[in-house]
Formats: sequence, structure tokens, C-alpha cells
Amino acid sequence: MIKPGDGYKSIPKGGLILEGGNAKRYNTGGWRTKKPVLDKDRCINCHLCWAFCPDVSILSKDGVVSDQIDYDHCKGCGICANECPVNAIEMVKE
Amino acid sequence: MKLKEAAKTKERLTGGHRLCSGCGAGTATNLIMRASKNPAVVGCATGCLEVSTTIYPFTAWEDSFIHNAFENVAATISGVEAAYRSLVKQGKMDEEFDFIAFGGDGGTYDIGFQSLSGAMERGHNMVYICYDNGAYMNTGIQRSSATPKGANTTTSPAGKVIPGKQQYKKELTDIMVAHNIPYVAQASLFKPQDLLRKAQKAFETKGPAFINVIATCPRGWRSRAEKGIELTKVAADTCAWPLFEVEEGKWKLNYKPKKKKPIEEWLRQQGRFKHLFKKGNEHLIEEIQEHTDQRWEYLLEMCEKD
Repeated sequence: MIKPGDGYKSIPKGGLILEGGNAKRYNTGGWRTKKPVLDKDRCINCHLCWAFCPDVSILSKDGVVSDQIDYDHCKGCGICANECPVNAIEMVKE
Repeated sequence: MKLKEAAKTKERLTGGHRLCSGCGAGTATNLIMRASKNPAVVGCATGCLEVSTTIYPFTAWEDSFIHNAFENVAATISGVEAAYRSLVKQGKMDEEFDFIAFGGDGGTYDIGFQSLSGAMERGHNMVYICYDNGAYMNTGIQRSSATPKGANTTTSPAGKVIPGKQQYKKELTDIMVAHNIPYVAQASLFKPQDLLRKAQKAFETKGPAFINVIATCPRGWRSRAEKGIELTKVAADTCAWPLFEVEEGKWKLNYKPKKKKPIEEWLRQQGRFKHLFKKGNEHLIEEIQEHTDQRWEYLLEMCEKD
């Protein structure tokens, strides 16, 4: 991936980005003022928060929603907390 | 597709894209891409989704992505599909691909309309997704032909002279049905299973398919970011954005609200309609209600007939 100061000769022809999905390395977590915290005891694993998250920050492994939220990319919109049918997600001030 | 099953699919739009907090386009794109079973060639018409997922030197797309001007995403993707068919015919390629074009309402209803109409008419095996947030949000909220009547935008400003946009929105989904393509659907975010199913169906369709999905825009709608999904449910419950699909000319309603809610509930939660609740503008809400009712009756009639 091109970094500032790399010089034009290292830019791929046509300005192509040769690596898919490298935006993962750009953190948007700093946009947040409140962060979602998931209470696994209440969670019924319906996956609605996973489906609704615009930033793909609710993680699911082997069909189970993880309480490890991707805070590097979560922008703190609060959709997950608003939509959770059992109020298992709380928005906490950073 | 069950959500638990969908969660096991590969992430095709990664985090780290720079769509606004609470943007509906992120949700829609993530789910739709997960419904695709093959590697994809994706194109985006100029719009929020294009500029914020591909800020150099980053890309949030795991698949091949082609930049486009505002008006030609459907032409680009149909060209790629035609080239692919030729390569298959020549025996130079045998892998399967999905060809997907994304456009906002500006790039679909207005500026990209001719290329979309052409691509659908020529019958390319591609899927066109329109995420409709109801204005040119990327450039700072200008009216489009998808903007609902009464909405305050910078080019239809609510004030002393006019009370927001004066025209009703164009029914693009119906126009796509009139192209007689195999699959057309109107989807929403609050029913992710329905959206996944429709996307899957569109990808499996041989020939052109079109999906129109409502996408909340907290900046342009002047609504709260966390209400992004809730608002799409209100839109369906008030029949402002009905969910239906048309397969081989057969209309089918996918969501019928238990009790149809008055249109005020949809208008009230958005700052862009704030002026409609001022004294002297009551007739506008009545007009919008009447128009919504007419549209709903028409849809019911079309769906019952088939």
C-alpha cells in the first residue's frame, strides 16, 4: 500500500489499488463519542445487531455474536443498541 | 437465508470505510454483498458509497471495483459482462462471476437513468442495486427525482416561497418493471432476511435484475443516527416505502403492516419535513397522505391480481 513520501514511481500503473479490503487498516473508531457494550448474559443471539451495523463492527464467530466489538471501526451510531430486542447493548460514554 | 447462516459468509465490504455514522448504505451493501456466492465485479456510480469506500490508497471492497462517472455505471458493468461472455465463448475463462452495479438515487433515478435503461433492455446478466436515500446527499443534500414531496433540500428550500420539494417522487421500481426484466424488487433494511433473500434471488436470476433499497441518511433526513433502521420500519408501516417484488411480471407484496399508520409518523421523525407541521401547512400532509394511500391501493390491486 502506498504511504505518504513513497514517491510517484512506487504508485501502481493507473493508480490502481492492488489489495482488496485494505480499508480495514484505516481506523474510524475515533469518530465515536459513545461506544456500544454488549451484555452476553442478556443476548439471545438473534444477530440483528450484526445485520444492521453499517460498519461491520459487530462480530460473529461460528454463528455466535461475540461481545468483542470491533472498536477500531465502530463509529458509535447506536443502531445496535436501538434495535436490540432485549436491550442487551448499552451505549457508554467514551 | 437465516442471519446466523449469513454471518458465516465472507465479509465483502470491510469496516474502515468512511460513510457517515449510521448510514443505511453501509448496512445495505454489506448484506447484499454477502448474498453473492461468486467473486464479483462491482461498479459504483458517483455517490456517497463510491467516494467513501474507495478513498485512496484504501478500498473497502474485497472484490474487483471499477470507478465510474455519475451516469455510466450500468454501461460499465454491462460492458464487463459482455466481455466476460466473449472470453467464456473463446474458452479463455470458465469461472463464474457476479456483475453488480451500485448507484444512489441521483445516479439511478436521474443521471444514470439512460445507461440503466439501456443495460436492462439489452438483457445483460447483471444486478443493479439502487440505494435510495432521497437526495444528492454526497454533494450536500440537493433534490433528486427520488426526493419525497415536501422535503427540505438546498435546491428545494422550505421558506416563504415554497414549502420544500413540490413534486412527488418518481416510482423507479415501477419503471424497471416496465422494462420486462426477470426480477425487480423493492427492499428495506429493517427486514434483513428479506433483503438477503431478494439479493440472492437477483444474483441467481439469469438476465438483468434490479433492487431498489431505501437507505437512511441521518445528515440529509435530519434524523438521529441510531434511528436509521427504525425509520425504515416506519416507512414500511406508513406505506411510504412498501416492500414488494415482481418476478417474471408477477407482483408480490412482501410486507403488509398490521395496522397502516398515518403518514405523520414518518414525517415527524425527520427534520427535513419539520416545516410541514407549521400552521398553514396542514393541507400538505393531507395531500401526501392521499398520494400515499393511492399508491398503496394501486400496489394492493397489482399484487392481488397476480
